[in-house]
Amino acid sequence: MPTYTMRVFRGDPGGGEFKDYRVETGEGMVVLDVIHRIQATEAPDLACRWNCKAGKCGSCSAEINGKPRLMCMTRMNLFEEGETISVAPIRTFPLIRDLVTDVSYNYEKAKQVPPLRLKPPDPDGKYRMMQEDVDRAQEFHKCIECFLCQDVCHVIRDHEEHKPKFAGPRFFIKIAGLAMHPLDTVDRTKWVGTHAGVGLCNITKCCTEVCPEHIHITDNGIIPMKERMADNVDPVVWLLRKFRGAKGKQPA
Amino acid sequence: MATVQYETHEHDVIVIGAGGAGLRAAIEAAAQGVSVGLVCKSLLGKAHTVMAEGGIAAALGNVWPEDNWQVHFRDTMKGGRMVNNWRMAQLHAQEAPERVLELERWGALFDRTKDGLISQRDFGGHRYARLAHVGDRTGLEMIRTLQYHGIHQGIDVYMECKIERLTKDGDRVSGAFGYWRNSGEFVLFKAKAVVLATGGIGKAWKITSNSWEYTGDGQSLALWAGADLIDMEFVQFHPTHMVWPPSVAGLLVTEGVRGDGGTLKNKQGERFMFNHIPDLYKGETADNIEEAERWYTDKKNNRRTPDLLPRDIVARAIRAEVKAGRGSPHGGVFLDIASRRPADYIRKRLPSMYHQFKELADVDITKEPMEVGPAQHYVMGGVRVDADSTAATVPGLFAAGEAAGGMHGSNRLGGNSLSDLLVFGRRAGLHAALYAKNLGGRLNVDAGHVQAIARETLEPFNRTAGENPYAIQADLQDTMQNLVGIIRTEEELKEALKKIEALKARARKVGGGGGRTYNPGWHTALDLKSLLTVAECCAMAALERKESRGGHTREDHPYSDDTWGTVNVVLSQRDGVTSLRREPLPKMPDELKALLQERT
Ligand SMILES: Cc1cc2nc3c(=O)[nH]c(=O)nc-3n(C[C@H](O)[C@H](O)[C@H](O)COP(=O)(O)OP(=O)(O)OC[C@H]3O[C@@H](n4cnc5c(N)ncnc54)[C@H](O)[C@@H]3O)c2cc1C
Ligand code: SF4
Ligand code: SF4
Ligand code: FES
Repeated sequence: MPTYTMRVFRGDPGGGEFKDYRVETGEGMVVLDVIHRIQATEAPDLACRWNCKAGKCGSCSAEINGKPRLMCMTRMNLFEEGETISVAPIRTFPLIRDLVTDVSYNYEKAKQVPPLRLKPPDPDGKYRMMQEDVDRAQEFHKCIECFLCQDVCHVIRDHEEHKPKFAGPRFFIKIAGLAMHPLDTVDRTKWVGTHAGVGLCNITKCCTEVCPEHIHITDNGIIPMKERMADNVDPVVWLLRKFRGAKGKQPA
Repeated sequence: MATVQYETHEHDVIVIGAGGAGLRAAIEAAAQGVSVGLVCKSLLGKAHTVMAEGGIAAALGNVWPEDNWQVHFRDTMKGGRMVNNWRMAQLHAQEAPERVLELERWGALFDRTKDGLISQRDFGGHRYARLAHVGDRTGLEMIRTLQYHGIHQGIDVYMECKIERLTKDGDRVSGAFGYWRNSGEFVLFKAKAVVLATGGIGKAWKITSNSWEYTGDGQSLALWAGADLIDMEFVQFHPTHMVWPPSVAGLLVTEGVRGDGGTLKNKQGERFMFNHIPDLYKGETADNIEEAERWYTDKKNNRRTPDLLPRDIVARAIRAEVKAGRGSPHGGVFLDIASRRPADYIRKRLPSMYHQFKELADVDITKEPMEVGPAQHYVMGGVRVDADSTAATVPGLFAAGEAAGGMHGSNRLGGNSLSDLLVFGRRAGLHAALYAKNLGGRLNVDAGHVQAIARETLEPFNRTAGENPYAIQADLQDTMQNLVGIIRTEEELKEALKKIEALKARARKVGGGGGRTYNPGWHTALDLKSLLTVAECCAMAALERKESRGGHTREDHPYSDDTWGTVNVVLSQRDGVTSLRREPLPKMPDELKALLQERT
């Protein structure tokens, strides 16, 4: 069985360093399996988060060879036998210990998003929505809140000072998902500029590149949002208006 | 001995667990105007509920107008082989539709029918297509909807906090004590009412779809606080998990694959489920391929395919095929949807599975059959509760979701868990709040008790050369896998209990390296106590029930026995010693009995 050197970050806010572990891997193992093997043998206190080991819960985010990825969805056979593989915590958020960071920034931002307000149901008390209308919002509902897009976004990563006023790509698509909800009545256009800081995004698309759910964060979420803010009413560009119109929406 | 320091929070209601059941409970309690704290071991939104795939069962009647709560009730009781708490099954069937519509009002976007209503899919044991779903990520939609609705309801959320023990004032529960995983510091939640919504016990088995969180905490917290558990022998082994290739081995393959047209085949290509139809289901199951095929499009005039028999039956059939030498190369059987449905349809119905298997294993489920076999998935048993209020047998304690027992009898139907979480989560929140409101004054927490728990929690640090917690956990998993699995015998169960006893002794000597901040070794060591508790309960109850029924199969007692069909096995603990007794099932009213006779 192939053996690898895993260079894993060990440390806390007081300091830390990469430590090497030689690990023999079995067929089909992913990085998270290898981390678990290290825990069970050499380093029982190696801190990491995980839940599903199936790419569904978004807990196991890390920077593997410098790239933001889910440990449970990164296969070991991606790497050459004998290669040294570095595993570090996501850098944008404050370190707690080893591979675990304090992601509370994201939970704070989540609270600020103006919630959904649905229009009244049909006279028979039911809501009717067509699948093709639901599809567009469903893309954004796929988000597993791994915060890898938040991690990679330079607006947060390199500028501590932006954090208070910038919601980040995860929450731009949250807002886009609400806006595309066929029954929502809230207009968040102005709020997105004043409170979520979408203007700070310069469409580098790094977020889209790392999204494990392959959500088109920039093309389907952020860009239409920016266009709408610029009040571009071209119906071809701004699909939403074409399908539903922002008319009748209440400001957030 | 030095006193241990801890912070204190006070709420009317503390909900332990932030999956579907806990979130729904917290939302309801907050709606009653009481102060609510919600505690969870992981980050918010990461609970097991997020992993649920196939759907939520609710007789909305959108696809089959013939469907109604009576049929859902009958299916649930039948699936549980009649030992369900009938009142829970009734409330569940009656209230599930409203709970699903409520999720829609809170923003959930389910897949639609052509008329724009919530679409429903076929699942095992459900007479009609009944599962509201979002592709194969229904749980994600459910937990996000509850989470984002919940954060605006004034609930205080305490994440990555593990409750170790409940505290009591006399007979009543008065709070919960635990530690922050981040810092290892202690925290006490004083409360008038506590809701347990902690999920299952799957980490006691080696092959399971469950995560590290499923160490039976809620069941153990209840037992230690003096409450009863029931039905702990009934464990669900879901029939279809990947057995090959290794990178996806163990991952669940949703029953939706069979609901959407997939069939099970042995290595001869035979659709073997036709050979495994039990008498109980003969009347409603197709006994030939032609009828089964017609059923997908004409449910009125044909009986359902045996691929969609309840899970316990399918799991045993797979095991029998493998044992008879008719299995797939890697010890499972084949699940084929690729040759039966167009690729586009499969990708649309099962998007996240398609994506996951492709990415992890280069398996294209639209092109080749999967190799599948059973794995531990769910526990039917749990905290014994009053059906209407979810109250446990200790005042001030409530339980809902997978942590509670009774609703599903000896076998749960797919999709009936997510609906259970909503129906009984809401009831738990409501009744915990009402109880807290009615209880005047304040409750006490015994400071000495708290100090004792805290000292016990820190003990592993005093044993630097102690046992490795991961090794004890692995040995327990082997024991349960080999001796308390799908098929059980008296001899093996006795053997299991002996081994569990020995593991308990080892766990008392468990050590811990490192410090208190985010230390998984220490966390694993502490979780052993509850894991061993529920493993013992399961083995004891399984030894007691001398018959086979649903998620409990005894090789030495292979048939269901009518006498056993009238009782629950109830477990309780006094002074650290677990004992068990049989109690008659609650008596079902005649009008509900009549529903069970009808061949609808
Ligand atoms: C892969 C998979 C697919 C499934 N698909 C379906 C499906 O399609 N349909 C269906 O109906 N069911 C399905 N199920 C079953 C269903 O998902 C679970 O039974 C259900 O989600 C359990 O919900 P819960 O609210 O009871 O617990 P969970 O969602 O597991 O939540 C438990 C909570 O308790 C917390 N907790 C536990 N112990 C402690 C403690 N000591 N201190 C503090 N917090 C604690 C956890 O952190 C967590 O927040 C599936 C299960 C799995 C594993
Ligand atoms: S596209 Fe915008 S949001 Fe995404 S990473 Fe770049 S700057 Fe950040
Ligand atoms: S949008 Fe994608 S990368 Fe960002 S949190 Fe969601 S799933 Fe993760
Ligand atoms: S463990 Fe859930 S996404 Fe990796």
